[in-house]
Amino acid sequence: MKHIMGAAFCALLASGVAFGANAETKLTIATVNNGDMIRMQKLTDDFTSKNPDISLEWVTLEENTLRQRVTTDIATDGGQYDIMTIGTYEAPIWAKKGWLAPLENLGADYDVDDIMPAIRSALSNDGKLYAAPFYAESSMMMYRKDLFEKAGIEINGRLTWDQTLDIAKKLHDPANGVYGICLRGKAGWGENMALITTMGNAYGARLFNEEWKPEFDGQEWKDALSMYVDILGNYGPPGATSNGFNENLSLFNAGKCAMWIDATVAASFVTNPKESKVADKVGFTEAPCAVTCTGANWLWAWNLAIPASSKKTQAAEKFISWATSKSYIELVASKDGWANVPPGTRMSLYQNQKYLDAAPFAIKTLAAIDSADPINSTLKPKPYVGVQFAAIPEFQGIGTVVGQQFSAALAGQISVDQALQNAQQSTDRTMQKAGYY
Amino acid sequence: METNFKSPTGKIAYSVFAWIVGLAIFFPILWMALTSFKSEIDAVNMPPLFFDFNWTLENYTGILEQSNYFKFAMNSIILSFGSTIIGLVFAVTCAWAMAFNPTKRTKDTLLWMLSTKMMPPVGVLVPIYLMFRDWGLLDSRFGLIMVLFLMNLPIMVWMLYTYFKEIPKDILEAARMDGATLPKEIFFVLLPMAVPGIASTMLLNIILAWNEAFWTLNLTTSDAAPLTAFIASYSSPEGLFWAKLSAASTLAVAPILVVGWFSQKQLVRGLTFGAVK
Repeated sequence: MKHIMGAAFCALLASGVAFGANAETKLTIATVNNGDMIRMQKLTDDFTSKNPDISLEWVTLEENTLRQRVTTDIATDGGQYDIMTIGTYEAPIWAKKGWLAPLENLGADYDVDDIMPAIRSALSNDGKLYAAPFYAESSMMMYRKDLFEKAGIEINGRLTWDQTLDIAKKLHDPANGVYGICLRGKAGWGENMALITTMGNAYGARLFNEEWKPEFDGQEWKDALSMYVDILGNYGPPGATSNGFNENLSLFNAGKCAMWIDATVAASFVTNPKESKVADKVGFTEAPCAVTCTGANWLWAWNLAIPASSKKTQAAEKFISWATSKSYIELVASKDGWANVPPGTRMSLYQNQKYLDAAPFAIKTLAAIDSADPINSTLKPKPYVGVQFAAIPEFQGIGTVVGQQFSAALAGQISVDQALQNAQQSTDRTMQKAGYY
Repeated sequence: METNFKSPTGKIAYSVFAWIVGLAIFFPILWMALTSFKSEIDAVNMPPLFFDFNWTLENYTGILEQSNYFKFAMNSIILSFGSTIIGLVFAVTCAWAMAFNPTKRTKDTLLWMLSTKMMPPVGVLVPIYLMFRDWGLLDSRFGLIMVLFLMNLPIMVWMLYTYFKEIPKDILEAARMDGATLPKEIFFVLLPMAVPGIASTMLLNIILAWNEAFWTLNLTTSDAAPLTAFIASYSSPEGLFWAKLSAASTLAVAPILVVGWFSQKQLVRGLTFGAVK
């Protein structure tokens, strides 16, 4: 015991002097753990060899932890990070609050105009870009071509939710381990709410009217939520209320879902034979519409931004320019193949025949991202920016509470009407407290 | 009918029951270890695969290539041992005062100390974060050692207080009459008698500090990040990650499992000390 204590004490003293000296500029980068980000970490030798005076320290965190950490840090001016990975939800809010440094020196060859217009507008404030997109996604339907063929179902044009329901009924075969449809059921503003809000948009609903009053008590939301509860509750996998992206990905890859509507980024996973048992049997089509197709598919991007508190803005901009450039995409293609390049951010990628040949889902992904407009995403006019969210600070809380109500309706604990009434009341209270009316 | 545990049948039944409970408790760890040797697709296979899968070390090699495991592990060792050693210094003196020189407020003080554990840590996150920011303690091992030591101090005081109460006060008085000073009384009379209690307090606090995942995630970025941050980095929002996460978790719990294995005798003895009177 004496030895252990002695060793620990020495280590404790040593900790004060270890990791001390560091003459170069060290950039601390907070990021999420997904395939594209991990690939970027592996390729950073290319950046550091071109910039020997800059070293990189990666802090990889789970998405919710990352959001909590970077929000605490940026709101308290903690200065722990020089580059943060943030979503399209945070970018406009934080830019308005003055928490982010504008990206004004990305270099002459960066080609800002090549960034997808919808994403660029979502990341800009007063004409200035505050975050650079690393990869972007919309939502679309992935389906089992073999099961569709067997049942004689053909997709002609964009499906409606009613047609999707009919197909789910036909293909639902739990006895043989195949469920009609897999959708997000886990409660959360970035989980079930992302999907249900796009369904609401398709049914002509909106989160808030022009006076910022919530509209969950309208017929449009009732139609959307009723469809969601019906299709997923009756023709989805058991325990759907705990399924998020990864759970549905596992189910789809195991051949258990006839259809799955989720992020376009899933396309590369479900077509990868190393991960998917149905890799060669997957078809892609747009997310279903209802009374409109406006806002029927979401728009999301993971972006790199510099907190205003960082004292290493110049070096950080150099890194962001490298990581989100066209040459980075080419670097990934040369190392890991075109199918693995970060998708959805640059228009030039979708004009590249090599990419189109390597990624069978590229055209559908482009169509989905192109059609998702964060400003005009509802049938009726709206005061907020965002397709599947409203870019206001209150939305995280609202989305989580409403998502819980919708999840409870899916589980059969409360009725659709009750869930919508509860959602309306709690959102109304939050918006009043926040001083919107 | 009363079960006779001394009869052969009773002994067998008792053993079977103990094995079932033991296996049930151990199963999640076994499952984690098994999953760490699977590919991502095998890890989510339904029905679950127990042993009939393609065993692979790619998760471990990938993790060791991607992260500096030893830096995280060293931080965990420094934080857990550091906070425990400092905690012991304070807890032994506190518990001595409370056990051998109680006042009418001692019980209330003990309860008040414990009540600080009842508040959810997130309630004080912002003030502590701001203090750390202003004092330059964010992402420092010293700052985190202080937080972990203060967080676990009430439990240490309580545990040591319970052990010290078992030691007859007369022995300390006899030492005093023989001319022992206060430090001598504590170091040469009290502590040797309380070794099992101190050892189990120490081990429990090392485990608590090792597993602490709120402050270690919120107050560190890279330099002071321990194994909890290492595990958290393997949860992916988009993409299968169970196998890699399991490998990271197995690597993270391995050192503390080894320490626990070698010290289980002391731990059990200390934890059950005074349980039967």
